[in-house]
Amino acid sequence: MTHKHIIPFGLLAKIWLALMVLTGVTVGVASFDFGFLNVLVAMSVASAKALLVVLFFMHLKYENRVLGAFVILVFVILAIFIGFTFFDVAWRPEAGA
Amino acid sequence: MPSPGETVPFLDPLPGRSGLTSWIFSTDHKRIGMLYLWCILTMFAVGVAIGVLMRLELIAPGRTIMGAQAYNAMFTLHGVVMVFLFVIPGIPAAFGNILLPLQIGAEDVSFPRLNIFSWWLYLTGAVLAVTSLFTGGGPPDTGWTFYVPFSERTTTNVSLAVVAVFILGFSSILTGLNFITTIHRLRAPQMSWGKLPLFVWSLYATAWIQLLATPVLGVTVALVFIERLLGIGLFDPAKGGDPLLYQHLFWIYSHPAVYIMIVPAMGVVSEIIPAFDRKSIFGYKAIAVSSLAIAFAGSLVWAHHMFTSGMSDTAVLVFSFLTFVVAIPSAIKVFNWVATLYKGSIYLEPPLLFALGFIFLFSVGGLTGLVLGSAGTDIHVHDTYFVVAHFHYVIFGGTGFGLFAAMHFWFPKIFGRMYDRKLANASWYLLIGGFNMLYFPMFLIGLMGMPRRYYDYLPMYQTGHMISTAGSWVLVAGLVTMFWGLSKCLRGPRTVGRNPWGAATLEWTLPSPPPHLTFLDPPDEVPSPYSYAGVKRDA
Repeated sequence: MTHKHIIPFGLLAKIWLALMVLTGVTVGVASFDFGFLNVLVAMSVASAKALLVVLFFMHLKYENRVLGAFVILVFVILAIFIGFTFFDVAWRPEAGA
Repeated sequence: MPSPGETVPFLDPLPGRSGLTSWIFSTDHKRIGMLYLWCILTMFAVGVAIGVLMRLELIAPGRTIMGAQAYNAMFTLHGVVMVFLFVIPGIPAAFGNILLPLQIGAEDVSFPRLNIFSWWLYLTGAVLAVTSLFTGGGPPDTGWTFYVPFSERTTTNVSLAVVAVFILGFSSILTGLNFITTIHRLRAPQMSWGKLPLFVWSLYATAWIQLLATPVLGVTVALVFIERLLGIGLFDPAKGGDPLLYQHLFWIYSHPAVYIMIVPAMGVVSEIIPAFDRKSIFGYKAIAVSSLAIAFAGSLVWAHHMFTSGMSDTAVLVFSFLTFVVAIPSAIKVFNWVATLYKGSIYLEPPLLFALGFIFLFSVGGLTGLVLGSAGTDIHVHDTYFVVAHFHYVIFGGTGFGLFAAMHFWFPKIFGRMYDRKLANASWYLLIGGFNMLYFPMFLIGLMGMPRRYYDYLPMYQTGHMISTAGSWVLVAGLVTMFWGLSKCLRGPRTVGRNPWGAATLEWTLPSPPPHLTFLDPPDEVPSPYSYAGVKRDA
């Protein structure tokens, strides 16, 4: 059983425009030093872009809830993998301390 | 009138389709499972042979049959072959492929072509792994963990070995993807989640780990390859890299991989115990949910392999706590199996013997894991033979005996012939005796401080090593006896009926061996998988 969902060109163009703007934001924030938050800021912008692609270009917005839940689960697991390494990295004593 | 595909046993050729190509290009899940089975048993034989040679080297201090470099290559090869080519694909790829669609009343897996592609990837990875021994700078000598910085600097053929692991990882990912989709989409209409056999639940939990954790391994070994090729310093502090990052990345996959190895074996045990107990499984939901809980909690404990690596004390504390958490769902399973046995009508057939062996050996392995999970005691026994003993109790005693149990349980179904039960029983005694003789002394010499991965040792450890080496001979005698007994399955007339053990899952409603095409129409009725009322043996 297959189902099709046609997304209007206008909406796709808006998403594309949003991605371009966010790319500009990526370049823009790279010129500021947020210290420890540098990675967090860059990842947040990149995640927003990825979310738009997944929701509209990959049609997740129009799929059933189970598929949506699985995609969220995958990102939660990824966040845990990355986040838990910070129990190590963020609490390491400074060299020579 | 039924087509030949619906009547000819899947082991026999269909008219006009015979020969090797009917196997290696088959999209039938049963044939693909058999391809995996023969491959993993071959790899098991290779791994055992290398292990026996290593034990022979260790029978006395100093050089006996090989030097230090050869020993380094041997333990690397033993680990790579056993972990990546035998244990990880073992039960899910072989028995999972054969049985998953049969147990849920499906015609095949969701993506049959992807399924045979997975096997080809496995074969390619296996060939490359073996090729790495004889090409480049010689066999890799890093251990199966490929730890940096040594794996970046050694002149041995690590590059090809990590490419092999990368490809094997993709095989595993695709199998996991196939199983998840199949379980969601192709269950018989009446097969609700509450009626799924526990082996299927275990494959489902395993498949999620394969899908989510294996890509991390792929990325990690790809980074090692890039480091060796370009030296960009990802793991080199002098260039701003972090050597501990490698260990995090490696264990983010490789600890959950332990559950890829053990959870399907737990599923096998959950099938066998009620069948030979004539009693419904105790705590069905708890066992099913504990598989998922092990998969999830087991993905959060990786850094307990790194307590002595120099990572932060906070991480040591957190990961030690989480390690104790993962013991809970494992213990739930063990208690439920024991509760199932209580007051059952027990038939002590070979599959049950091996399942009981699993429970005993896995429990020893699991409890000694708590010694390693406690940061304080781990510092004392880290990188000693205590770890080697623990690991083998869990993986060989657990997954190995789970696989042997599966073979003795389902071989009559697969081959339509019964094996020699007396030989099977005799082999069990040899295997249990040899196993404990081989691995238990390692706990003791480990506590005394014998480091692992050394080809030489002080005379104070000799007694333990000698007993251990003698144990390896008993174990091999058990393996030879077991496979000799099972090989009788391969000859003679097919006389076994549909249900020789009186089990209640769907595969036992099919002829033995099942035909090429099964469940073209979903079964009309799907009874509870552990309700034995009215189920008769058909030997």
